[in-house]
Amino acid sequence: MTQKLVIIGAGMASGRVIEQLLDADPSAYDITLFNAEPRGNYNRIMLSPVLSGDKTYEDIVTHSDDWYEQNGVTCRFGEHVVKFDRELKVVEGENGHVPYDKLIIATGSAPFIIPVPGHDLPGVITYRDLDDTNAMIEAAAKGGKAVVIGGGLLGLEAAAGLSERGMDVTVLHLMGHLMERQLDEAAGYLLREDLEARGITVKTQASTKAILGEGRAGAVLLESGETLGADLVVMAVGIRPETRLANDAHLTVARGIEVNAQMQTSDPDIYAVGECVEFDGHLFGLVAPLYDQAKVLADSLLDQPNAFAVKELATKLKVTGCDLFSAGDFAEGDGREDIVFRDPARGIYKRLVIEDDRLVGAVMYGDTADGSWFFGLIQGGTDISRMRETLIFGPAFQGGASADPLSAVAALPPEAEICGCNGVCKGQITSAIEGGATDLGAIRAQTKASASCGTCTGLVEQLLSVTLGDDYAVPQAQPVCGCTSHTHEDVRRLIKSQELKSQAAVWQELGWTTPNGCHVCRPAVNYYLLADWPLEYRDDPQSRFVNERKHANIQKDGTFSVVPRMWGGITTPDELRAIADAADKYDVPTVKVTGGQRIDLLGVKGEDLPGIWSDLNRAGLVSGHAYSKGLRTVKTCVGTDHCRFGTQDSTGLGIKLEQHLWGSWTPHKLKLAVSGCPRNCAEATCKDIGVVCVDSGYEIHVGGAAGMEIKGTELLCKVESEDEAIEVISAMTQIYRENAKYLDRIYKWLAKVGLDWIKEQIVDDLENRKALADRFTLSQSIYRKDPWAEHAQDSTTRVQYAPLANLTLEAAE
Amino acid sequence: MSWIDIGHISDIPLHGARVVKTPVGCVALFRTGEAEVLAADDRCPHKGGPLSEGIVHGQSVTCPLHNWVFDLNTGVAQGADAGRIETYPLHIKAGRLLIDGAAVGKRSAA
Repeated sequence: MTQKLVIIGAGMASGRVIEQLLDADPSAYDITLFNAEPRGNYNRIMLSPVLSGDKTYEDIVTHSDDWYEQNGVTCRFGEHVVKFDRELKVVEGENGHVPYDKLIIATGSAPFIIPVPGHDLPGVITYRDLDDTNAMIEAAAKGGKAVVIGGGLLGLEAAAGLSERGMDVTVLHLMGHLMERQLDEAAGYLLREDLEARGITVKTQASTKAILGEGRAGAVLLESGETLGADLVVMAVGIRPETRLANDAHLTVARGIEVNAQMQTSDPDIYAVGECVEFDGHLFGLVAPLYDQAKVLADSLLDQPNAFAVKELATKLKVTGCDLFSAGDFAEGDGREDIVFRDPARGIYKRLVIEDDRLVGAVMYGDTADGSWFFGLIQGGTDISRMRETLIFGPAFQGGASADPLSAVAALPPEAEICGCNGVCKGQITSAIEGGATDLGAIRAQTKASASCGTCTGLVEQLLSVTLGDDYAVPQAQPVCGCTSHTHEDVRRLIKSQELKSQAAVWQELGWTTPNGCHVCRPAVNYYLLADWPLEYRDDPQSRFVNERKHANIQKDGTFSVVPRMWGGITTPDELRAIADAADKYDVPTVKVTGGQRIDLLGVKGEDLPGIWSDLNRAGLVSGHAYSKGLRTVKTCVGTDHCRFGTQDSTGLGIKLEQHLWGSWTPHKLKLAVSGCPRNCAEATCKDIGVVCVDSGYEIHVGGAAGMEIKGTELLCKVESEDEAIEVISAMTQIYRENAKYLDRIYKWLAKVGLDWIKEQIVDDLENRKALADRFTLSQSIYRKDPWAEHAQDSTTRVQYAPLANLTLEAAE
Repeated sequence: MSWIDIGHISDIPLHGARVVKTPVGCVALFRTGEAEVLAADDRCPHKGGPLSEGIVHGQSVTCPLHNWVFDLNTGVAQGADAGRIETYPLHIKAGRLLIDGAAVGKRSAA
């Protein structure tokens, strides 16, 4: 007895159902197929190659009109279904009714449109079907600028296709890295590099505010205020199940149409399949589970027992030249471990996630040849304990040697600068080695590389090793931490010479062995990046020690100490009243005078910080940075204002210096003092930088210490005016910022580079002094501001000081 | 299990943490990845340091007071240090963070 089967939607899922049914029992059902698109089933996955011009529509048709005819499928293409009636068991199309015994809803999904102003302008399109693809091809023929909103799978394929067709493409992505659901940060970084290499601009953490245009899209406005010209805007931010018909018919619908493991909806005669369904809380957007569902649905229609189960998925991006693979699960679980492999020279990154001796997830970029093998291990739940040591090298494992720590240096181009002091590039050094210079001394003599400040010594030795092979043994220097084989000096130099401008870039290009560093390297790398790229790099609070993230010193009981800045140690009755009021209002248990001429409020609760800061801000008080690897205080004596011995206005100069330097980040804390005469009441000669005023001008001293070690300063130079003193001190601060190892105070760094080198750079070379001072001022244009005011006034930051939720409050009985 | 909605994943900065006050004390939520959050005690067993203020790296956190490192999956201290923090089941559904009320000592509403 043939039953009537009606299917709404001719996509890949329902196409597969029809095939399965016809294969098993061609006479079981009389099939009618509705489709809103004026065509039958084609391979939607291949739309990207159609967009990029690699294929045509004819190439991707899976079921031709002939095929439907030969198999007796009645086609109602280009006809919308208005509704279906569950009582009468009838589907109502625009052109007439069709009765059914069994009904399949395969309406797929609709693209999610961000409801920003201008989203409905002509020139704004989505990327779901052939008509969208043709619209993009047509738009691209005119050239111009395209903005793609959404850096997921579809958005990137659209961007690559439009770029291929000659448009100037920008991708906007809300999250911190591309394809964040499938890739981790490291793979996202490599993908971004590849896309940018083909001329696609990528903007992450970019939120769209509006689409602008008179009668047609012309530009995209971002929340940041930036405007991007756009002749075409493609929205590819996601999809949502198309459930309208099911809703109207009162089937059970959550995010998608809910089905059981037999693909039945809440009405036993109605099934659903594909992107419109929700099963066990899951939605589906990739083709593999859709085919599984189709098989189960066909079996259910033929009363064969079968059940759908959610399996692990693998993702590949169909963009030529971007070779990525991601499979399985990176979500939480007990006892997770990572195995990370990086080959910076070839742009390869692989990460495996292991749990209970089984592989549960894999991300690969640049070399995905073993992807399907790893996917098999994930799906099969194979015990990998015996292959663990060499697992990352794939099925063809030859016993694995570990990745070569020298590969980052080997990968540098000949014109990469190795020695910044003397402007020596890699090519000059390798030529010298090939010409017979086989040790550090010879290289120094012939090229001057590493002959000045010495921070590139490690790199020069690695070059000797790479060029000479086993004939050269590199002396072992201490690496930054267990995540890398590079020293601090190597990392600093490579960040400059390779122009690495993000943490992900450092981890990948320098071959970090962990997904995102550790508590030792993260603060150091974050500092190096912001010191070298003040405009391009954004400081990452999550890579900072708590004191610098919360702008207060953590105490042993988890409370904080708050120290307002007192410029040059000068305060006023109004400021003191504000400090006293704040101490009362926030129940501050201890008020202490510090050694740096200011007042410390100890024992403030973390949640109260934004409040106390707002109160202190109102009195004009700002952060004293008593917690920072940056400028602390400038201690002063009273100088010519009051003192009978004062030779210069030491207080005034101290205030000027503090106002110029405050807010800057340095490798370690930076303490200054200005004394008004050689009696040195401000103790300037045991500070990082000290000024001693004399009758004829200002002596500038550097490299003192009065902590773990006691050390007197060395005299750097003497200048005649305040302006000169400020310029020399700015240049000194900047040269320290650009060159020192993280957590080296000036006196420690000075011992490595020598005072003579500093003098050459900033005393004798006036042009360089000015250039350094200018770079310091540029960096200060970003960092010279009060973090207390920023955190207290920005609602998103302020809220982070409070608990996320309080579950201790019981509802009233 | 009685799942309680405590907020949205975007309320926690990537590689950062936030605290939830519960009947069993403060529980810290560590956002170890774009779509991954792990829940554990906020108190270091060594000297009671607030772990939510520590640096989050991989699936571990480093205590801000004395640099003890804990694996957030198992709660076990790494390296030479010996100790363990309690971990708590947490679900993420459509971006919402759901914690098991029973595990954090919350009586289910009658």
